[in-house]
Amino acid sequence: MSRLYVARNPRVAARSLDGEMMIMSGRDSTLFTLNKTATILWQSADGTTPLDEIVEHRICQEFEVEPAEALHDAETLARELASHEIIQISEEPIPQPNPAAGESR
Amino acid sequence: MPELAAEVERLSLVIAIGGMPVRVNTTDPAFLDILQDRYAGFLGASGRAEIEFDVEVTPPVYPVPDIGVHVTQRLGRWSLQAGDFLAEWEPASRTGRIRQTANPYSIDAVLRIVHTLVLAQQGGFLAHSASAIRNGKAFLFAGVSGAGKTTISRLAPPDVTLLTDEISYVRKQDSGYIAYGTPFTGELAKLGENVSAPLAALYLLAQGSENRIDPIPPGEAARSLLANLLFFAEDEELVQSMFHSAFEFVSRVPVSRLTFVPDSRVWELIG
Repeated sequence: MSRLYVARNPRVAARSLDGEMMIMSGRDSTLFTLNKTATILWQSADGTTPLDEIVEHRICQEFEVEPAEALHDAETLARELASHEIIQISEEPIPQPNPAAGESR
Repeated sequence: MPELAAEVERLSLVIAIGGMPVRVNTTDPAFLDILQDRYAGFLGASGRAEIEFDVEVTPPVYPVPDIGVHVTQRLGRWSLQAGDFLAEWEPASRTGRIRQTANPYSIDAVLRIVHTLVLAQQGGFLAHSASAIRNGKAFLFAGVSGAGKTTISRLAPPDVTLLTDEISYVRKQDSGYIAYGTPFTGELAKLGENVSAPLAALYLLAQGSENRIDPIPPGEAARSLLANLLFFAEDEELVQSMFHSAFEFVSRVPVSRLTFVPDSRVWELIG
């Protein structure tokens, strides 16, 4: 079974404020507020760490959840975030010009 | 031989909103009269201007096509397009052109857009909010249509200077922000005063059964501000600038919820 890689889209703006991660699409100015799971996914989306490792090392550590169920939910979430162009997903590692792209200040 | 072409007289005036003078040139005296009437109180000295627009006044077209507002940038030139106007603006040369019929609404829209573009690069913004000065400090009252912007403006006591009941002008300056009066009106249909003051607070309006001010979490403050910003450009870089400007603003300016009943006692809480 192929692995899924996720990377932050450098063309969005992101800020974490008081524990809330907010992201604005540069394309259409849509504002998204990420929940805790989505925030972990966003913060871990470096393009080189496979999604199953993010789930195992970050999400399952944070929440009491079965790994298989967590991976399924994470894949669904990743595809949803990708549909809004917040992240990119690929079955190959995604080169990132700047690992911290998008999030700033 | 008689001259075949006569030189057409170019008329102009300077509209100064938010401390930014914009010269508007036209050959149509009737249109100039419209502008003088529309921007009374915001007309600047004829000398210096930061931006200069030549306006070509075109014959009326009916019906006005409903194509929305499109603001795009290519190779340093902004294109502004709506059903009732077509405009271009080149920041490097500080010049632009507007094609519209002889009405005050189209150029009003162009000016709002251009000001948002300029402010976005400087950490400022236009916001859907009323604003006013009291005791030397400016206050913003933000909310969607129906939230009470016009109501709270109408209830302002005599010692309050109204900056606008509809669209506030905020410019970043040093460590703080300055709110300016604007000619952009809402239901009150009264131009704001062309004055400015340091911004002391942003209130998010809500109508209720009592007058009260409640703190709100920073995330909600940022979300609410972003929801009330005027921004038109389809430009990723400027969208990101606006986004970060909103967060910087809420980190520096107190943001609270102002719940009020529609009577003048609400102003006892302000200033």
